[in-house]
Amino acid sequence: MFDFLSDYDILGAFWTTVQLALLSAVGSLIWGTLLAAMRVGPVPLMRGFGTAYVNLVRNIPLTVIILFTSLGLYQTLGISLGAKGVEDINFRLAVLGLIVYTSAFVCEALRSGINTVPVGQAEAARAIGLSFSQVLWLVVLPQAFRSTVGPLTNVLIALTKNTTVAAAIGVAEAAFLMKEMIENEAQLLLISAIFAFGFVVLTLPTGLILGWVGKKVAVKR
Amino acid sequence: MTEVSVAKEDVAATGELVVLKSVNKHFGALHVLQDIDLTIARGEVVVVIGPSGSGKSTLCRTINRLETTDSGTITIDGKPLPAEGKELARLRADVGMVFQSFNLFAHKTVLENVMLGQIKVRKKDKKAAEERARALLDRVGVGPQAEKYPAQLSGGQQQRVAIARALAMEPKVMLFDEPTSALDPEMINEVLEVMQQLARDGMTMIVVTHEMGFARSAANRVVFMADGRIVEEAAPDQFFSNPRSDRAKDFLSKILHH
Repeated sequence: MFDFLSDYDILGAFWTTVQLALLSAVGSLIWGTLLAAMRVGPVPLMRGFGTAYVNLVRNIPLTVIILFTSLGLYQTLGISLGAKGVEDINFRLAVLGLIVYTSAFVCEALRSGINTVPVGQAEAARAIGLSFSQVLWLVVLPQAFRSTVGPLTNVLIALTKNTTVAAAIGVAEAAFLMKEMIENEAQLLLISAIFAFGFVVLTLPTGLILGWVGKKVAVKR
Repeated sequence: MTEVSVAKEDVAATGELVVLKSVNKHFGALHVLQDIDLTIARGEVVVVIGPSGSGKSTLCRTINRLETTDSGTITIDGKPLPAEGKELARLRADVGMVFQSFNLFAHKTVLENVMLGQIKVRKKDKKAAEERARALLDRVGVGPQAEKYPAQLSGGQQQRVAIARALAMEPKVMLFDEPTSALDPEMINEVLEVMQQLARDGMTMIVVTHEMGFARSAANRVVFMADGRIVEEAAPDQFFSNPRSDRAKDFLSKILHH
């Protein structure tokens, strides 16, 4: 019953999923933090940009964004992000699309975290002569991150599962292989169960570990 | 307690350090500061008292521009208060501020709280900053708590750390915005003692408080505010024994006769 499995590189496909998730997570954490900084900053132009970005991007389906990176950026505009082969190009485009999309959610999670930091913290920081960016990076954001571990974990788990959309532009990750296997084999339930289990293996420990981290770093007031 | 210099050497021992000229501020329709004129000399300890809602906290907060003003000028050590940006940050570093709710950085240890401004604003190296921080913490009597987080300290200890944090910047003037109002009664004295020591050391201080005992013993001058105006300014003895204005008489009769 399980014989056919050896014909497929399931671990390899999940490894691609992990790479997609990790690279996108790092990228969207950085870009999302910058967006949050823009949205709470004093410069109206940046605030406007941040607000417009978040409201635009989080309301577009991820599939549309991922397809656009391939059809729009690569095939129309010729942007290949420095990669040569089709596989590499698609992989990088998928990471870009995931970052663009996920960062909007990271930004909003962080912004709600910033709102949990009492105003007095920023006032005290300003009162000792720290500049706006120092107040943000040294006092407000470190506390915001600590109270945002929970919501950010949700975003990360959603991101891990969203990597399956990359199959739409031919990135050979888990969902791509699953589709191929379901088409080739008469084992729908078994194959579905295997891939569902694979994602649980990825996301469940993430949730547990980050839940522990969240408790560990929580700011006591 | 260790001796640490807190006030900058006064080259000109006298002179006007903080000058407010016809300062006005509105919160919507409420005119919270009405034509405030106030001059604080170097080394002077001024206590601002008055009923709640009289604008005394707002006044205190305009001096380092945590509150903006609508009109009027504020100068500190001859320099007008800048509106925004780097200049304002530089000026704030010279004006120490102690808040009612302490506002210690919750994610940093007590020691780090006192070191942060020295390193990031005064650009001191870590070792010198730590040395000064420990000396100041000893001075305010919380040296043994240096490695703890603010939430592990009592209110009185937190407020003394907050004073040390402000002193670490070597401020020209210290602002106290109701520093003992959030404290349990038995912790008020430990904070007031630190403040009295500071006053004796010649620090210029502007203190918004309800502690009349402190006003009597440490202040050079009492400023009485009501309804957004400075109603009366006098030496503490004169103010408490013989207030001139009816508003001040009324206020004092309500708080002193228990």
